[in-house]
Amino acid sequence: MRLLASLLLCLCIPAAWAAEANAPKLDIGLGGQCVKDTQWMRKNHMHLLKHQREETVRKGIREEKDALKNCVECHASAGDNSVTAREDSFCVGCHRYAAVKIDCFECHASKRKATLAKKDEQ
Amino acid sequence: MADLSALRSMNRLFYVLLALGGLVALGGAYAVFMMEHHGHVISGMNNQIVWGMPHVFAIFLIVAASGVLNVASIGSVFGKAIYKARAPLASLLSIAMLSGGLAVLMLDLGRPDRIIVAATNYNLTSVFAWNVVLYSGMFSLVIVYLWTMMERRMNIFNKAAGLAVFAWRFILTTGTGLIFAFLTARQAYGSALLPPMFIVLSFAWGLAVFHVVQAVIYAWNEKTLDPAILHRKKNLLGVFVIGSLYMVAAYHLTNLYFAHQTAFENFILRDGGMFPNLFWWGYIVIGNLIPLLLIYAPGLGKNKSVMAASLLVVLGAFALLYVFIIGGQAFPLSIFPGYEVSSSFADGQIASYQPSLYEFLLGFGGLAIAFIITTVSVRVLNFMPQDKPYISD
Amino acid sequence: MSDINTQRRQFLKTSAGAAAVAIAPGMLLYQVAHGNTQAASSKVRWGMLIDTTQCKEGCNDCVGACNKENGLSGGTKATDPQWIRKIELKDIGSGRVTSLPMMCQHCEHPPCVDVCPTQASFKRADGIVLVDRHRCIGCRYCMMACPYKARSFVHEPLENQNPDVPRGKGTVEACSLCVHRIDKGQIPACAEACENKAILFGDLNDANSEIHKKVRSVASVQIRADLQLNTGVRYQGL
Ligand code: HEC
Ligand code: HEC
Ligand code: HEC
Repeated sequence: MRLLASLLLCLCIPAAWAAEANAPKLDIGLGGQCVKDTQWMRKNHMHLLKHQREETVRKGIREEKDALKNCVECHASAGDNSVTAREDSFCVGCHRYAAVKIDCFECHASKRKATLAKKDEQ
Repeated sequence: MADLSALRSMNRLFYVLLALGGLVALGGAYAVFMMEHHGHVISGMNNQIVWGMPHVFAIFLIVAASGVLNVASIGSVFGKAIYKARAPLASLLSIAMLSGGLAVLMLDLGRPDRIIVAATNYNLTSVFAWNVVLYSGMFSLVIVYLWTMMERRMNIFNKAAGLAVFAWRFILTTGTGLIFAFLTARQAYGSALLPPMFIVLSFAWGLAVFHVVQAVIYAWNEKTLDPAILHRKKNLLGVFVIGSLYMVAAYHLTNLYFAHQTAFENFILRDGGMFPNLFWWGYIVIGNLIPLLLIYAPGLGKNKSVMAASLLVVLGAFALLYVFIIGGQAFPLSIFPGYEVSSSFADGQIASYQPSLYEFLLGFGGLAIAFIITTVSVRVLNFMPQDKPYISD
Repeated sequence: MSDINTQRRQFLKTSAGAAAVAIAPGMLLYQVAHGNTQAASSKVRWGMLIDTTQCKEGCNDCVGACNKENGLSGGTKATDPQWIRKIELKDIGSGRVTSLPMMCQHCEHPPCVDVCPTQASFKRADGIVLVDRHRCIGCRYCMMACPYKARSFVHEPLENQNPDVPRGKGTVEACSLCVHRIDKGQIPACAEACENKAILFGDLNDANSEIHKKVRSVASVQIRADLQLNTGVRYQGL
């Protein structure tokens, strides 16, 4: 089933790219400068992340700049400190639009570390 | 006129059966959905009993899938005509049970969505990974084998394909046994006897399943099995049952011989509550002694009693696998020999396990998949054994 | 050998040492700012020496610290993960009672790695045995193979994980020697939390490390040494 679904998804993605022009409006978060060129990131952030996780988990190379934590630190909404809480949250908006499903935040924290620490103390 | 209405009601029965199978399979799908949504907490499995009821079903199906091919092998490798006539049905059953078993095994994974990962990251030292290859290889080989039987032009390759299947199936069951044989840290497993034990068990279980299905197909087609054929096949079942009894006894006796394993054997055979009960009553009595009686006792051994014997052998198989898989994990792992141990993680304690409804749903879902594949294929293609009027060998 | 020569050597040594002292904090600062961009080295073998004579019966500080650091609930239901646990031992012959913490032993030849079908279980170059949770399919074969029951399966969906320690349903996990702390130059949480200093952490291969010296000078054992896994965690006083 899932296999079939993902096959269908793959077929859908080119269509999604074609419709890039009217992509959803996103809550970018804090702003500043992304770790790479924005255009490049739009197309290649998944390769960056997947490369980075191999390097970190299996080899122990911790380039903090490219860590998923770092994306969250910057891209989490200034309002709710999360990259997944709302429809237009940074890591949700595009994916919903392109019908991509990611499971990263089943394990990885989707909120800024500072806010999590604060909650711990309460 | 009467004929036609009989045909119609048979037709209806077929769809009812199919619908029932579909319903059970749907139950399995429901269990998978629930387990993926809530996690394995809703199963009875836990950090001590990590493999549970689904694995009992899956391993039964996979082992029987290999064993049922014995019928085909005796036909094509050893050239016995009555077995040759049954090779297509045996191959079909093998494919059906393999599909069911693998489905259960795969859907019980913590992350079944990552199954593609298993295909792309292959670990050469893992018996599990070898088995992935063995299972898919078997699947394709049996399909080719079926093809060489059913397509006249391919008949010339039949013998070669039969030999390949024959060899592959031995390796496959060896692989299944090795999954456990390599677990040297656990008292219940880590025995070199396990692969041969599984091979002999597969003969008995596969043949038992074959008998049941064959009886149903004959009844469906309102035919009777030639008593001479029945006689030979029931004797074969008897021999396999005795053989598996011997292997299981050898496994436990060698364990008893090694001093550090006696505590485990005492647990499984005497003190372990439901496990000894299941072993002695479920496996030894119901799964072996009564079937042997039904096969060999004078006056018995007719169609009905062979059918009953086969069903009991299957039941016994489940009892044995339950004791082997669950009982083997329930017995505390010996980390500190010579010490009494206690901890928050059940060290030194017998682990408890209550299989949940979802596990049964998943397991029966696997059986249902095998059932559906068999019923539909038997209906669509001709798998009815075609015996010659006389038996030459 | 002239005096001058020795003096020269001494001078070189001292100045090299001084230079190292001067540079090291800078290196550390760099590491803090950019993360450890060095791959784990195979020259290192991280390990622990646990002094059971210093481990107090009934004390659970190491377990608590581990749970807090790694975001475990601390529950002890059969389905709750436990990365480290206290085991109380009673010698059947003498009746002597011992208490010790048990966790992943970080074997040199880990059975979990051998059996893992997807290479999700792996040994990092510096000897830490880990589960790559991005590859784990949740088959639990490693749990069957582990002689120490060191691994747990995540049976439920989780929320609010520690950002440094992602964890999630359907995968197998275990003590990581606090790899995220080690890579920052810190020691594992359990070792830090133990008031009696019963847990000594360090590089078994480094001839100057305390653990290396101690393993050479005091009697220590590996648990289930008969399996010849050459564990990275050793016990003293058993
Ligand atoms: C089953 C849990 C799980 C899932 C799902 C998961 N990860 Fe991870 N991830 C981990 C763990 C555990 C680590 C190791 C953390 C460490 O060692 O510090 C990690 C580390 C990483 C790292 C390197 C450390 C860091 O913070 O950057 C990256 C990058 C990463 N994961 C990306 C991803 C991406 C992208 C996805 C989704 C496609 C994902 N992960 C899904 C558990 C998970
Ligand atoms: C220092 C803050 C910062 C960090 C850290 C950061 N980003 Fe960005 N990112 C930005 C900004 C600012 C933009 C540009 C938004 C724009 O130009 O509209 C951006 C753009 C993007 C875009 C394109 C969005 C669009 O609208 O097309 C993606 C995708 C992206 N980032 C992913 C990531 C990922 C993945 C990481 C972690 C490896 C990351 N970013 C880390 C600040 C950051
Ligand atoms: C500019 C829109 C956009 C933003 C913002 C964005 N993504 Fe994506 N992402 C995509 C698209 C489109 C794809 C699918 C591309 C493909 O598969 O070729 C994708 C794919 C992925 C994948 C690979 C999925 C797979 O199944 O292989 C990961 C992982 C991922 N994104 C992570 C993230 C994370 C984490 C963030 C937030 C930091 C993020 N993305 C933000 C558009 C976006």
